[in-house]
Amino acid sequence: MSANNSSTLKMPQGKFRAYLGLGLSATGILILLAMPTLISQYYVYLLATVFTTALLATSLNLVLGYGGLLHLHHGVFYGVGAYTVAIIMTKTSWPFAVAVVLGPLVAALIALVIGWFCVRLRGLYFGMLTLALGQLVWAIIYRWNALTNGDNGIHAIPVPEFLTSVNSVYYTTLIILCLSLVILYLISKSPFGLTLLATRDNPMRSESLGIHVRRHRLTAFVIAGFFAGLAGVLFVLVERSVAPSLLSWNKSAEILIMCLMGGLTVFMGPTLGAVILVFLSMFVGLYTEYWLLVLGVLLLILVLFLPQGILGYFIKSNDKKGGV
Amino acid sequence: MLQVEQLRKAFDGFQAITDANLSVPKGEVVAVIGPNGAGKSTLFNLITGHLQADSGHVRFKSREITNLAPHKICHQGVGRSFQLINIFSSLTVFENIQTAVISKHRLDRKLFRPAKRLLVEETLEVLENFGLVDFKNHSCSSLSYGDQKVLEIAIALGSKPDLLLLDEPTAGMSPDETRRIVNLIKRLSQQEGLTILLTEHDMDLVFDVAQKIMVLHQGRTIAQGLPEDIRNDKSVQNAYLGETG
Repeated sequence: MSANNSSTLKMPQGKFRAYLGLGLSATGILILLAMPTLISQYYVYLLATVFTTALLATSLNLVLGYGGLLHLHHGVFYGVGAYTVAIIMTKTSWPFAVAVVLGPLVAALIALVIGWFCVRLRGLYFGMLTLALGQLVWAIIYRWNALTNGDNGIHAIPVPEFLTSVNSVYYTTLIILCLSLVILYLISKSPFGLTLLATRDNPMRSESLGIHVRRHRLTAFVIAGFFAGLAGVLFVLVERSVAPSLLSWNKSAEILIMCLMGGLTVFMGPTLGAVILVFLSMFVGLYTEYWLLVLGVLLLILVLFLPQGILGYFIKSNDKKGGV
Repeated sequence: MLQVEQLRKAFDGFQAITDANLSVPKGEVVAVIGPNGAGKSTLFNLITGHLQADSGHVRFKSREITNLAPHKICHQGVGRSFQLINIFSSLTVFENIQTAVISKHRLDRKLFRPAKRLLVEETLEVLENFGLVDFKNHSCSSLSYGDQKVLEIAIALGSKPDLLLLDEPTAGMSPDETRRIVNLIKRLSQQEGLTILLTEHDMDLVFDVAQKIMVLHQGRTIAQGLPEDIRNDKSVQNAYLGETG
């Protein structure tokens, strides 16, 4: 009972915010469900890409924002998930369901191997090792022609009949994104999530409290790899093809920027970042080839004026008004 | 409860701890004193596993804990606070303690249970004990220096240790705040029966709370015994006079 009494002081505001969040999400989901009837097929396809990317960015943020680990090559697990499905569907006669289940699992396994080495290092060294080992995976996929078709990638990947229309892909990615976000949110609010924040704030103190910091970080890394792999599966549904660029360093940098843009400290931050970046790259692509130049300028503005990210900025200024 | 025998530790050729010996009986407050650079913090880091000893032994409840990982030593029942404030800066005061309590109960890897309602009573108990309940929802970085220092100690108590190590608990504190810490140490020792090992520069405090004192000088234990014996010890007087004079 004292659990309730414990947070009476600031509860009204907290509760209000929780209800507001719930209401907003519900409205948002309803609108998203109606979308395919309101907009052209191209935009439905684009939204499915947004959902895939949002899951990818949110999975990175578990390690980057909550774990405070400079993970520079998350695209690897995205690519591994996508390639697993692509290879199973084109080289074996295994059913589609097996491919969908194995995608995230293989990505998680690769994350376990890479993470096992990386969590032994700290800060920039951690980041450099994620980059180095990630490039190794990229090189294998790029060079192993017999299995991955190398530079050409794998195209026209067969998927079940019911997943061939743009609308069904849209709803599938939407549902999987929502479920994954709920799971990741629960994880972020669990004892595991709280402890992860503690290891980010102060690893030495965490150790003194009996927390196995390395194991904790590795677990977060593997969970993030799993959901990145799931995003890779969604990518195959949306595009029906894979290419080594999925695991490129550029791709990983883009995901990182999405997290920074939306805000590392807010759960929905990376999702917002994904929405902005996917749409922006599409619109900029209509007018110029120099998307990376625009991205660079954007990053500059972000770092100079919104170091907390967009959502991070608004939540912080709102808290200030509330006098907390 | 704790025995340290012939402990040695060198950093890049510099012998930080040459021969440290210490025994902490159950239920007592023991102080390690010594001039700056005597190796007090190094000794603490060796006991809690944050540094690896070159040789020698640390035994806790007659079990060998030398060079175990810090998280394992914590689960054996050794808690510590730090000389510099070492808290979880982005968490609330409540969450700072709760993190320790959750780890104590080994629930820190539970993925799908809301942390908010977990072990609330036990966490509040620690907060009440330290007079921090009013700040429980505050961000811990908004606390005053003194309150942060109290929180620093409270976090260590969150893991319900049998032995508590306090590394200069009153460093940088005003006389009022120091008195608050002294009372706290006495209460933890007398009412809760906690065994405490502390280092401190404030000699008044040391002779006020400690039942036993160990003197460390240039990495070597030069004396160990009751406060009055230490006060009259020639080698201790020389060590301190040599340092200041």
